[in-house]
Amino acid sequence: MSDATAAADTTLAEPGPWRRILRRKLAVFGLILIALVVIGAVFAPWIAPYAPDEQHFEGLTLEGAPLGPGGEFPLGTDLLGRDLFSRILYGARTSLIIGVVANGLALIIGTLIGLTAGYMRGWLGTVLMRFTDLMMAFPALLLAICLAAIFQPSLWIVALVIALVNWVQTARVIYTETTSLSERDFIAAEKTLGAGTGRILFHHILPHLVPTLIVWGTLGISTTVLLEATLSFLGVGVQPPTPSWGNIIFENQTYFQAAPWLVFFPGLAILLLALAFNLVGDALRDELDPTQRGRN
Amino acid sequence: MVAYLLRRIVQSVLILLGVSFITFLLLYVLPADPVRQIAGRSATAQTVQNIREQLGLDQPFFVQYWRYLSGLVQGDMGRSYLQKTEVSTLIAARLPATLLLMGAGILCELAIGLSMGVVAALRRGQTSDQALMIASFVAVSAPQFVVSLLLLYVFAVQLGWFPIGGYGTASHVVLPALALGIMGSGWYSRMMRSSMIDVLRQDFIRTAHAKGLTRSRIILRHALPNAILPVIAMIGIDIGIFMGGLVVVESVFGWPGIGQLAWQAIQRVDIPIIMGVTLVTACAIVIGNLLADIIAPLIDPRIKLR
Repeated sequence: MSDATAAADTTLAEPGPWRRILRRKLAVFGLILIALVVIGAVFAPWIAPYAPDEQHFEGLTLEGAPLGPGGEFPLGTDLLGRDLFSRILYGARTSLIIGVVANGLALIIGTLIGLTAGYMRGWLGTVLMRFTDLMMAFPALLLAICLAAIFQPSLWIVALVIALVNWVQTARVIYTETTSLSERDFIAAEKTLGAGTGRILFHHILPHLVPTLIVWGTLGISTTVLLEATLSFLGVGVQPPTPSWGNIIFENQTYFQAAPWLVFFPGLAILLLALAFNLVGDALRDELDPTQRGRN
Repeated sequence: MVAYLLRRIVQSVLILLGVSFITFLLLYVLPADPVRQIAGRSATAQTVQNIREQLGLDQPFFVQYWRYLSGLVQGDMGRSYLQKTEVSTLIAARLPATLLLMGAGILCELAIGLSMGVVAALRRGQTSDQALMIASFVAVSAPQFVVSLLLLYVFAVQLGWFPIGGYGTASHVVLPALALGIMGSGWYSRMMRSSMIDVLRQDFIRTAHAKGLTRSRIILRHALPNAILPVIAMIGIDIGIFMGGLVVVESVFGWPGIGQLAWQAIQRVDIPIIMGVTLVTACAIVIGNLLADIIAPLIDPRIKLR
């Protein structure tokens, strides 16, 4: 083969999915937003002008009302005279920890159930999928509120509750893909060669599910962030004084008519983080899922 | 068809049975003691014991569950621990408000979502298409409680166009219905867009063009009816997500529906109400899914019932 054809090959070859994602403006915007939130959360102690739970005497007006944005407190103060910007920065930690942990757990539960049910079939598969159907019939938010009320909510409990509610979708998707994969010839060949069930599942089927898992994992973080915010807003999620974007609004909602920034800024933070993961997840789906190609 | 329906109905009943069992179990292991809530702080140990026996809460789990189920098949959902009223009466009193809000919310969701989707599909690849799709992403990423509070702030507090909360007149419905519908409208606009694009590619649309029909006639009479039906059929499947939003929106707007009833009951550990609302909601979800499955082959004969 001459050098010329080799060179032509590289120019003709499609760039990998990761490269193509970087060509999508919206996905890049999402990635930048995520990076900003991660930096804000990790370096919160250095970026935040004040400690998140420090109550400032000068943070309230003489009548005891919170201060508006601008001046000494960039985004204003809350009802207790604490700096809103610092609380939002520390709240990013809550959102990200729950987003990653809860969603990771949900993915693991969903994958294990979907894989087992899809490959084993038989009574075990039936039982698992009927259970999944049953979970689909639960109003997710109501279930999460009940669970959060049952356990005394802490950061990790909230993550667990969200995982227990959110694994269902993943299980269904993985189940469908596993059933079609396990009918393919290469799996039959592995069986003939005497490969064990565990080896087939984790060495041969799971690698094919990685693109799906990446897509669902990314989109799932968005759902998780929204669910955590909602639970915290209702007062059954992450408990104050630990700041979370949802509970900042929960603590201050009685005053929101006079101090709308106390709802607006944390609300904007939730929206932007959920939006970022949705944008990146959508781009990943377009690039990684062959059935979606060319649909837009 | 009949055999299929029967099988699905039996399945649905089994699912509801499972939901009732899991909810009952969850509430049984609840560390917060409902008896303490009823008796109050100053109650003596004897009073607490009496109430516990009266409510049958001293019985083993399966006895309690069996009692609940046998009541349920006779239409008895038990009595609220705190309000002493029949749960079925409480739910029946709140259901019309919730159904009204749901109807209005679904209407908002579809009106906004479908029109966004159709416009985006017709201007595919143009700036307005991109702007609409960004808007749809923002809509699905916006938490409903924030949307509710912002709508309240702008349209009720600042502009004074709508009341701040409550129930009664048509103007009370607008803001909560919007708050409920906006999130879903994002999903529907995306589905509508791709459904419309798929239809516009079909041969019969090309034939219609070739026959010399006007563009508006092709879009309104040929493309739209075909594209819209599968999207509308999704409502049945989405009903679960919708019911979740009800809890949030009803509590922010003080809407007297079953979402608020459930939320208050959870705070007061009023177990019969929590059970009742969960079951009614699960019923709605199961029926929604069933309807979606039955309607699907009517819309598209290529789909076969299994």
